[in-house]
Amino acid sequence: MPDIRYDGQTYPLRDGQTVLECLTEHGASVPFGCRSGVCQTCLMRAEVGHPPEASQKGLKPALKAGNYFLPCICHPDESLSVSLPGREVARIPATVVGMELLNAEIMHVSLQPRERIKYRAGQFINLYRGENLARSYSLASLPTEDSHIHIHVRRVPEGKVSHWVHDALRPGDTVEVQGPSGDCFYLPGTPEQGLLLIGTGSGLAPLYGIVRDALAQGHTGPIRLFHGSRNRSGLYLIDRLRELARNYSNFDYTPCLSGGPVPEGFASGRAHQVALNEVSNLAGWRVFLCGHPEMVKVAQKAAFLAGASMKDIACDAFTSSAPPG
Amino acid sequence: MSQSLFERLGGEAAVDAAVDIFYRKVLSDNRIAHFFEGVDMATQAAKQKTFLSMAFGGPNRYSGGDMRNAHARLVKNGLNASHFDAVMENLAATMQELNVPEELIAEAAAIAESTRKDVLGQ
Repeated sequence: MPDIRYDGQTYPLRDGQTVLECLTEHGASVPFGCRSGVCQTCLMRAEVGHPPEASQKGLKPALKAGNYFLPCICHPDESLSVSLPGREVARIPATVVGMELLNAEIMHVSLQPRERIKYRAGQFINLYRGENLARSYSLASLPTEDSHIHIHVRRVPEGKVSHWVHDALRPGDTVEVQGPSGDCFYLPGTPEQGLLLIGTGSGLAPLYGIVRDALAQGHTGPIRLFHGSRNRSGLYLIDRLRELARNYSNFDYTPCLSGGPVPEGFASGRAHQVALNEVSNLAGWRVFLCGHPEMVKVAQKAAFLAGASMKDIACDAFTSSAPPG
Repeated sequence: MSQSLFERLGGEAAVDAAVDIFYRKVLSDNRIAHFFEGVDMATQAAKQKTFLSMAFGGPNRYSGGDMRNAHARLVKNGLNASHFDAVMENLAATMQELNVPEELIAEAAAIAESTRKDVLGQ
């Protein structure tokens, strides 16, 4: 059985355990977030030994080459000596400059990082509560339009970070952020391409940024945004998006409600179903799917079968971190 | 000058064009779609790409043993010759859709066919 050596200690890895599970079981203090290989909060480097390629999913080539890996999805074949990464994935202090409830569950937070963060709308940052507790939030702001970075934090049941953001955090407070990460963003170069954007809950955050980014870069092709929730109370930015649709003839916004009869101006059904009924042939389209993991998975397959290329479907599934066992 | 099958088919560009078409056909084929339920699509698409690359006579990292191991669980769950035949049909249909000449289709099919015993654990 392989061993994991960290910070002067050696821990035996149990059958089927990930490196992260092993370290946390033995009380090693290491940061982590989603525990499913997406947020990269747990990023570590193997000083000795080679992490399997599967545990390097999503890392930039330079990091892969440097033996960095994600311990939460790492099932090593051999013993590893691991360490936390250094300055290149540094956390940056940021001041909370504004907070606003967008609906009962979703808090808009404006942050001013102490150093400028280079990002594209739709990417995400990791927000730290204290030393080791982090969650990923997508960037709804547009670097060319917004002077601060904006995130939409949805209050989730028993959410350690979301509850702190909603109930404790105040403008003027300092937090730490890390990033950006993610490849869910607008790519210029095909201005006439159809863009289909489907979101649930706070999945609207990255999509709102991406839509504005596309429009700001002169995108001329159809941009169709579908945002869905069970009830009206789960939607937000409705007026702002309707205004955007009035101002740009190629942008179309459809709020979708899946729970019961819908008022005028709303579509009935789940966002992805409404979307795929309206745009049934996605050959040549670029698709962005953000929010509920189940929706993202189902919509990815449906979009692919409707003709979109795998490489043109950008997925950002908002997983919640399960409470520690 | 004699070119390899892979070069005559159009190399990696041909594989890229074929992957989406082939994978779409496989997912829509009721005889075999259930074997792909719950599988991460991006990961599976990468595997389809490697399979097609191999079938087109291109660079391939799969050994007979790899093919055997990769399909062992599916074989236990009922994967049989009829499913292999279905995949072969979808491969041919994909190449026809891309207007690949019949003799090249036959060459690629022969390469794919050569994996039958390993895939089915025979």
